[in-house]
Amino acid sequence: MDVGTLAFSALYQFGDAFAFLVLSACGLAVIFGMMGVINLAHGEFIMCGAYVTVSAAHAGVPLPLAILIGALVSAAVGALVEILIIRHLYDRPLDTIVATWGLSLIFTQGTLILLGSTMAGVGTPFGSFTVGDYSYSLYRLVLCGMAVVVIAGLYALFNWTRFGVMARATIQVPHMAAALGIDTRLVYSLTFALGAGLAGLAGGLYAPTMTLVPTMGTTFIMEAFVTVVVGGADVFLGTAPAAAVLAVVKATMTSWYGQLAGQIGLLMAVIIVIRVLPRGISGFLLRERA
Amino acid sequence: MNALSRFFARLEGPQTLGRGPGFWIGFLIVLAGACAYPLFSDGYTVGNTVYFFTWIFMALGLSLIWGYGGALSFGQTAFFGIAGYAYGILTINFGAAYGFTFVALLFAVAIAALFAALLGYFLFFGRISGVFLGIVTLSVTLVLERFMAQTAGPEWKIGAARLNGFNGMSNMPPLTVPWPGGDIVLFPDVQLYYVVLGMLVLVYLGLRILVNSPFGNVLVAIRENPERAEMLGYDIRKYQLGTFVIGAALAGLSGVLYTSWGQYITPSSMGMTAAALPIVWVAVGGRSDLTTTLVGTITVLAVFQALTIHGSQYALVVMGIMLVLTVLLAPRGLIYALARLIARPFSKRQPGDA
Repeated sequence: MDVGTLAFSALYQFGDAFAFLVLSACGLAVIFGMMGVINLAHGEFIMCGAYVTVSAAHAGVPLPLAILIGALVSAAVGALVEILIIRHLYDRPLDTIVATWGLSLIFTQGTLILLGSTMAGVGTPFGSFTVGDYSYSLYRLVLCGMAVVVIAGLYALFNWTRFGVMARATIQVPHMAAALGIDTRLVYSLTFALGAGLAGLAGGLYAPTMTLVPTMGTTFIMEAFVTVVVGGADVFLGTAPAAAVLAVVKATMTSWYGQLAGQIGLLMAVIIVIRVLPRGISGFLLRERA
Repeated sequence: MNALSRFFARLEGPQTLGRGPGFWIGFLIVLAGACAYPLFSDGYTVGNTVYFFTWIFMALGLSLIWGYGGALSFGQTAFFGIAGYAYGILTINFGAAYGFTFVALLFAVAIAALFAALLGYFLFFGRISGVFLGIVTLSVTLVLERFMAQTAGPEWKIGAARLNGFNGMSNMPPLTVPWPGGDIVLFPDVQLYYVVLGMLVLVYLGLRILVNSPFGNVLVAIRENPERAEMLGYDIRKYQLGTFVIGAALAGLSGVLYTSWGQYITPSSMGMTAAALPIVWVAVGGRSDLTTTLVGTITVLAVFQALTIHGSQYALVVMGIMLVLTVLLAPRGLIYALARLIARPFSKRQPGDA
């Protein structure tokens, strides 16, 4: 095997891990970074997106459109959750974790009761290609591209749109933003819905690659937590670099000792990072810049 | 003698609900009732009641860490699982003779406490606060579950003990008391009931003394305002770490008793759902007091058991709803709110506890 195929294999595994970390974490990171709320029902929003996507695909909707529907439905559920529960707990951040954990129990078990223990999936589209001796799934490359698109899209949304300006103002000084006539409650609702929608998007994108079970959210949630903890409160300066660093750790450990070693490596990395950089990568970068 | 009476005077104080003769007479009546209970019941039901009791240690530990210390630990079931597996591995390898099961109990709890000390060092000395503490401890628990779930192969064994992956480990000997004229094996029955009840009373009273001691007062000061406590000269990291380790040891004790009770431990006892349940018991009961945690845990477990007859999925949905409603409507806990309501007419002086 020559150096080129080896390098491609390493790059492919890195990209795969990077896409998984970015896509599973970005919804959680948006909600945490903007609102300081950790949404423990994040995995269940991912599950919701995946289920809706697959149901739509079974009903004959083309897959890209089905993924979009999945993300939108998750966003709608997220908005509903914000209005009914999260809104009342903004002054008690620890209680939001507990409440969203309750939601996670309700959603997981509710899905189990209503839809049974498993759901027929859809096949992975696009087939595969070979480089050297190994064959690779083309869809994984699409996922990798989507991760980049999502980060770019979030950057554009928060920097170049009216909603982005209002959201950033609300995050910096909420009462000042309110005094300037911004409906901060609406901004919080929309931000939460955005985070839930991104979770649904991740679920929809990964739905064709995995088995659909009510507990599928836990597959994502550990990686999402770790990325957000390492990244800190900023989505662009935190989540993206954290995902890049952790993807190296994960890809290396996984190709060395297997899937579980990858996760253990991630956990070790996070415990060491918080000991050295308690406010995450973005806290470190922002302090350097200031 | 004077020091001793001061020590016992700490059984009541500003950090615990319930004081004065009224409370302690009530306590003795409940205790007498609990002691007499096996006389009016059969061995099987009493054995089931022990199952409730085994969980209470973990709940009391969480009350100490979360309710008194203000640190959100979602990793209680990790220590539960570690101690459970450690007990299984030790007793399968070394047997139950000469009271070794109790040595194994101590070792298993110590292993869980050691693991907590190591993890807690990185967390508290890295000054991980509130939200992050919760998600890091939860991540540790989930990874531990996945690790144990993949140990199905024959290469995963420690001595004679196969870890058995997702199916879990079984057939470890239950706790055994060495006794002249034949060991007493504590199967889930009346004898185990009295042993666990005795441990429970000791732990409950011991924790009451702990939280009313200077240590407990500092702990509550840290919960109320970490910066202020630090400015007053306390190294809050050491207090938090100490609390975390004690809470973990109690969770470990639960793990050992559970494993010995059912002679069985599986990775799913550390999973996402299992990790949520202690949070439900403690939050619904009233995390900021030991007594309400105790009563709340027993109540919620009894409700859960009653619902499980109709299907455990429904019971878990009800648990989730209960948790959300408690956080929204009675943030300090349902039993806590009730206790305050009952206590009000009886107490002559209202101390300044908030």
